[in-house]
Amino acid sequence: MKVYADNAATTKMSRSAIDAMLPYMEEVFGNPSSLYTIGQEAAEAVYKAREKFAKALGCTVNEIYFTSGGSEADNQAIRSAAEIGAKRNKKHIISTTFEHHAVLHTLDKLQTEGFDITYLDVHENGLVTAEQVAEAIRPDTCLVTIMYANNEIGTVQPIREIGALCREKKITFHTDAVQAIGHIPVNVKEDNIDMLSLSAHKFHGPKGVGVLYVRKGVYISNLIQGGAQERGKRGGTENVPGIMGAAAAIEEAVKNLGENSEKLLKLRERLIDGLLEIPHSVLNGDRNSRLPGNVNICFEGIEGESLLLLLDAKGISASSGSACTSGSLDPSHVLLAIGRPHEIAHGSLRLSLSEENTEEEIEYIVSEVPKVVYYLRNMSPVWRDLQEGKKDYVIQ
Amino acid sequence: MLYSEIVMDHFMNPRNVGTLDDADGIGEVGNAKCGDIMRIYLKIDNDTITDVKFETFGCGSAIASSSMATEMIKGKPLADALTLTNKAVAEALDGLPAHKLHCSVLAEEAIKDAIKNYYDTHNIEYDPAQFKESGHSHEH
Ligand SMILES: Cc1ncc(COP(=O)(O)O)c(C=O)c1O
Ligand SMILES: [Zn+2]
Repeated sequence: MKVYADNAATTKMSRSAIDAMLPYMEEVFGNPSSLYTIGQEAAEAVYKAREKFAKALGCTVNEIYFTSGGSEADNQAIRSAAEIGAKRNKKHIISTTFEHHAVLHTLDKLQTEGFDITYLDVHENGLVTAEQVAEAIRPDTCLVTIMYANNEIGTVQPIREIGALCREKKITFHTDAVQAIGHIPVNVKEDNIDMLSLSAHKFHGPKGVGVLYVRKGVYISNLIQGGAQERGKRGGTENVPGIMGAAAAIEEAVKNLGENSEKLLKLRERLIDGLLEIPHSVLNGDRNSRLPGNVNICFEGIEGESLLLLLDAKGISASSGSACTSGSLDPSHVLLAIGRPHEIAHGSLRLSLSEENTEEEIEYIVSEVPKVVYYLRNMSPVWRDLQEGKKDYVIQ
Repeated sequence: MLYSEIVMDHFMNPRNVGTLDDADGIGEVGNAKCGDIMRIYLKIDNDTITDVKFETFGCGSAIASSSMATEMIKGKPLADALTLTNKAVAEALDGLPAHKLHCSVLAEEAIKDAIKNYYDTHNIEYDPAQFKESGHSHEH
């Protein structure tokens, strides 16, 4: 059986997203800046796509900026807020320890440019609170950037409350909503969001297409200098087919959101219950405030990459936060942020589901993962020491 | 693919996995913090490795290099086993991705550590220079 369970990494494109793209490669291939018919048709199509995103997010078309993906949107949002902050002598930014690297590395860069960054603790449950944000705010705070939902452990932050607080304190609030959009309800007005990043390939759209939402009146500057595209804020001929695919995907995702998340929740709960039957395993991240498709579990005594390779041999595609899967020497910064010790973080497994996964697939995962975990534990010197009482279990 | 066919073969069907109850030398290198640990058990007779088993906590590269290294020293004189390098192990595996080479150094070090343990526990004299400290912390 083939089971794709890595939808947080990327998703399979939907038929309707692919179909929405094809005419803009084969027929209406004109440059939206061109005056003749197929150029203007392309421009109109991009406008319609912009309307679809505005509708999905609850904003206006002029608040939507198309980008090359989530990373670019994160970079542009943070850079813009920092630039205006610096002009006003406000060089303090509040974020969390478990943001995506598109955010963390941008903040690292700003730190070298003299910004002071406060990284809020996300606790063992993978959640920050609005109170933590309130306590961290200073007179020189120019930006709060906190992700909507975490990409590894799926925890969903109290964005609406944090947004309300920032609005009250007149501090720009950005959220990386790459994992949330299309999966849980998001409305930028109701959630008091000033800037939001999203990426189409996380909801069955194409890779390399993202959106930065910027509330009217909030300052943004260019990351990419160029022509007048995106109202002068992002140079470069529009990726028309990509934008069309993304728009079809967001429309479909939002339309089916309720139905999909109901289905996913059932699958997720069954999967968590099934996998936690393995002794000395633990769920990472809060079980309730969690994306409907995210499961992330640590198994004591084993290493994640070998787990992934053996699952791949059984047709299951998943991911892990082990150092050896990332190519670095440290395991996932997210698992370390929620307080998992290194040796436990190496043994993590993330399964991220989509509505295309079936109950049969979940049962297959629940039957195969334990076999692989026991097999690896049987050849693990760490597991032997635990079993022989030479070391204490970290996970009871 | 990330790994060669030989790596995948040794990872999927590792040779010499397990322990030896009557081991003459036991070595261990790595630690769980950095993500790879290898423990090796040697049976030694007449300065020859008559049997070898390993246990590894680690990635595909670590398990495959453990398996390959044990195959390369089984039945060999200690003097030969002491000259085994991680480069030779990686070559026998038809290469490893550059960022995975550190996972294969464990094999060479674990074997040396086990031989040293054999010398120490059997009161056999040796030149300590043979066992210069490696980058990995030893945890016994
Ligand atoms: C939370 C989060 N932010 C940002 C990104 C980057 O998005 P993209 O791959 O479109 O650049 C991702 C996806 O990898 C993500 O999960
Ligand atoms: Zn490794």
